[in-house]
Amino acid sequence: MNTLTNNLLFGVVLSLVAFELGLYINRKTKLPLLNPLLIAIALVIAFLVAFNIDFEVYNNGAKFINMFLGPATVILAVPLYKQIESLKKHSKAILTGVFFGSIIGMFSVMGLSYILGLDAMIIKSLLPKSVTTPIGIELSSQIGGIVPITVLAIILTGIIGAIMGPTICKIFKITDRVAVGVSLGTAAHAIGTTKALEIGETEGAMSGLSIGIAGLMTVFIAPLSYSFGHYLYTIFIK
Amino acid sequence: MKLFREAIIILGIYLLGEFISEVLSLPIPGNILGMIILLFLLCTKIIKLEQIETIANFLLDHLAFFFIPAGVALMTSVDIIKDSWLKLIVVCIATTIIIIASTGLIVQYITRKNNKRGEKLEHINK
Repeated sequence: MNTLTNNLLFGVVLSLVAFELGLYINRKTKLPLLNPLLIAIALVIAFLVAFNIDFEVYNNGAKFINMFLGPATVILAVPLYKQIESLKKHSKAILTGVFFGSIIGMFSVMGLSYILGLDAMIIKSLLPKSVTTPIGIELSSQIGGIVPITVLAIILTGIIGAIMGPTICKIFKITDRVAVGVSLGTAAHAIGTTKALEIGETEGAMSGLSIGIAGLMTVFIAPLSYSFGHYLYTIFIK
Repeated sequence: MKLFREAIIILGIYLLGEFISEVLSLPIPGNILGMIILLFLLCTKIIKLEQIETIANFLLDHLAFFFIPAGVALMTSVDIIKDSWLKLIVVCIATTIIIIASTGLIVQYITRKNNKRGEKLEHINK
């Protein structure tokens, strides 16, 4: 067993098999809750725990997969570029909405986490939870969060957004196609966009566009928001 | 060979982003700078979409796979979230509702205002 797990390919093959299974289960059940990435992570963890294999042993090989994260972030410019014409058409509405939506989101994360008594480390990890995963990972490590918790929060947020998004829009009487798409993309990144595509073509395009814009804006806003939130906290509460 | 050429473009831009971020000690991560540089090069047509299409499709279509190791690392932070996973889910649900509602309402308000103004202009032009 050791000669098998100590091979660098072990982590890579295990991840590939787990992801294939995740995709298969997701295709069969079509449930947003059974997200392929979430299943794959759960399967790998279950496997490692069941066979008493250390994370480091898995990560020896699996860390090479992380090498793709950088280029994958750079390439996010491509979907943004493809939708740039629709951005120009509604630029004021989209940019204002994403900007304030992201700020309101981050302050509500900080406020609610404080009320619930969450640890500062966890609050930092939750701050980038609405952006697309590669950007969220980078942001989390930059502001001092715990990256795996951020990844979990990002996937959960995406699933929640996809499941509850249409109902939330109905309750708040958001019917405009652009507004529905932008709100899903801003709150729930790529998983929300899958839902937006189901609702309609305009909604999907707007949602896809918002992933990149929300990601870029959050990179600039998050460190400032966190410092400002922390400042308010020290003034009013301490 | 096309794939290698595409890889050179993307990795070159990524490296440039990392380099600028490091040298100027900017608070923006190198891969995000790379994304901004690539967007700029695409918009100015210095790089055409066809020149990076294969690698772009490969990375974008399989994006979720690359996050598996980062997610599996959760094993090592179980102690930290052991007592707060329920609160974590509550925060995720509540803030997702807040973001969808606020973003949606702001965008809808502005597009409707713009549409009304557009209709008025049309009316005057008639």
